Amino acid sequence: MRGWIGALALLCAGSPAVAQEPARCSVPEYLVLAEQPLPRVAAAAKARQLNIAVVGSGSTMLAGSDGTSAAYPARLEAALVRRMPSLAVKVTPFAKGRQTAQDMVKGFPQIMADLKPDLVVWQTGTVDAIRGVEPDQFRIVLERGIKIVQRARADVILMNMQYSPRTEMLIALGPYAVTMRVVAQQMGVPLFDRLSLMRRWSEDGQFDLYAAHRDTGLAKRVHDCLGKAVAAMIVSSGAFQGVIPLAPRVQ
Amino acid sequence: MATPAIPRERDLRLDLFRGIALWLIFLNHIPSNFVAWVTSRNYGFSDATEIFIFISGYTAAFVYGRAMTERGPLVASARILRRAWQIYVAHIFLFTIYLAEISYVASSFENPLYTEEMNVLDFLKEPDVTIVQALLLKFKPVNMDVLPLYIVLLILFPPVLWLLLRRPALALAASVSLYILTWEFGWNIPSYPSGHWYFNPFAWQLLFVFGAWCALGGAERLAPALRWRGVTVAAAVYLIFALLITLSWHVPGGSRFVPGWLEDHLYPIDKTNLDVLRFAHFLALAALTVKFVPQDWAGLKHPALRPAILCGQHSLEIFCLGVFLAFAAHFALVEFSGGAGMQIFVSAVGILVMIAAAMLLSWYKKSEGRRPVSPSKPPDADLAGGEA
Repeated sequence: MRGWIGALALLCAGSPAVAQEPARCSVPEYLVLAEQPLPRVAAAAKARQLNIAVVGSGSTMLAGSDGTSAAYPARLEAALVRRMPSLAVKVTPFAKGRQTAQDMVKGFPQIMADLKPDLVVWQTGTVDAIRGVEPDQFRIVLERGIKIVQRARADVILMNMQYSPRTEMLIALGPYAVTMRVVAQQMGVPLFDRLSLMRRWSEDGQFDLYAAHRDTGLAKRVHDCLGKAVAAMIVSSGAFQGVIPLAPRVQ
Repeated sequence: MATPAIPRERDLRLDLFRGIALWLIFLNHIPSNFVAWVTSRNYGFSDATEIFIFISGYTAAFVYGRAMTERGPLVASARILRRAWQIYVAHIFLFTIYLAEISYVASSFENPLYTEEMNVLDFLKEPDVTIVQALLLKFKPVNMDVLPLYIVLLILFPPVLWLLLRRPALALAASVSLYILTWEFGWNIPSYPSGHWYFNPFAWQLLFVFGAWCALGGAERLAPALRWRGVTVAAAVYLIFALLITLSWHVPGGSRFVPGWLEDHLYPIDKTNLDVLRFAHFLALAALTVKFVPQDWAGLKHPALRPAILCGQHSLEIFCLGVFLAFAAHFALVEFSGGAGMQIFVSAVGILVMIAAAMLLSWYKKSEGRRPVSPSKPPDADLAGGEA
């Protein structure tokens, strides 16, 4: 329907009419700034070995045979390896569709025991918002999950929902996004604000997130940029300062 | 006349602010709408919902309070329940429009980036459950929480009004007690598929009953306090405090300026249960408004304010229209263009359509001859009798 209304689109400045192939991901620094330190990551960097677990639901995965290598956990690993060639980085995704925060927390002890990660990137919120889980309940579960990870001597980065303009009217993300921000602030863990970042990409016309059609290329490019942005957040925490020489920043 | 406390003339300020609240609710309901930056929720704890519910309580008491003193509790209660039924029908009508929009969205949406988000459309696969739950007011889509709240408030209103007319202080105390007990014991109405009502009626009734209490003489009792300078200063200080806290959410890195002990006290600011901070914020806003916009303010007659007043006088219709227009605006943003220009365009067109509809409704009322029967009645008694 976009085609025949092209004239109207032209009238509207800044409309995300056509998604261009981005050569680079523009990531505003303030959106990926870790205001809190990541001491476990810093310690791991000293030992030259960084072990990261990414726990999430459907939006941490991509479908298809090359889905795993194109999804943001693998892109995060690639970005970290590029920036810190002398560091042995391993990113292990634990993603399963339709998982609420509570479902994921049930698996935390196992993950912490088996993998012993230095950092857990915890993506959550979407499924809870879809199911309409009590925000209070959601908050309690977030706090419990963060405590489990911290007790197992690992840092946490919380990651909130995707910006999805087509389903905005259907999923009330608001209260859950606020809860995640508040919990992150109170527990002193960085929040990777995927929601604001992707909204920014949409507003800048970097990605056409309004697209309804099956476009695997778009999904892969978005995940690639998300991986790079999480890497940028980890670097911004200062955990590698004075430990590892950073390769020049290539985006 | 048993109760001279009920004011004879409709307070135009109520219509004005309710009309503005309806516009703001509409703007807030369009997702990712940058025009919504002008709305009050970005500058303090409370938002347009508080204004809407308070004024609805005020006008309900004004209209049905008179009916109860003139025609008796039975007639007044019957009228209140008829109003609740009208709102229920309006809500179901909106639900139908909502179903139509999302069924359309579901039919064409296959972007692999959003496989997870598409799960929200699962409920379309079991309409038998979903539609029944919607009829029971347990399944409420996004943006459709206010009317169910209004329905429950009206159903509970007859006994409250009866008590308000006899022992206003007791009625208000009962309302406050229910609010406190709700916080204490976590009372709410369950929702489908999980959770509870987004607007907890047992908490939000406080604002509605407070509005009704003000209409039935409470406002006059409060007037001396509001003239007192200390109240004005306290209200202004609190509003500035709320403004700064709210700004800290929106300015990047702003949260660093809010000390941790303060955060522990403030958060979470619970909209579902009408957080005391929100209620206080509304009271502060109302106190300053009453002080600086007196009832006899000449500006209220100015043609520039006429559109907002008209919208406020047909609040149910305009509210429903606003919910529908927000769906339509979202549809336009998604299907045609989501750019800033388009956001301004749909916001402006939406408000213009609301104004045009309000003018049309007024014209219908006039043409149907619902003007005062006897010349002794005040000229706007028809409006008062029609809209609560």
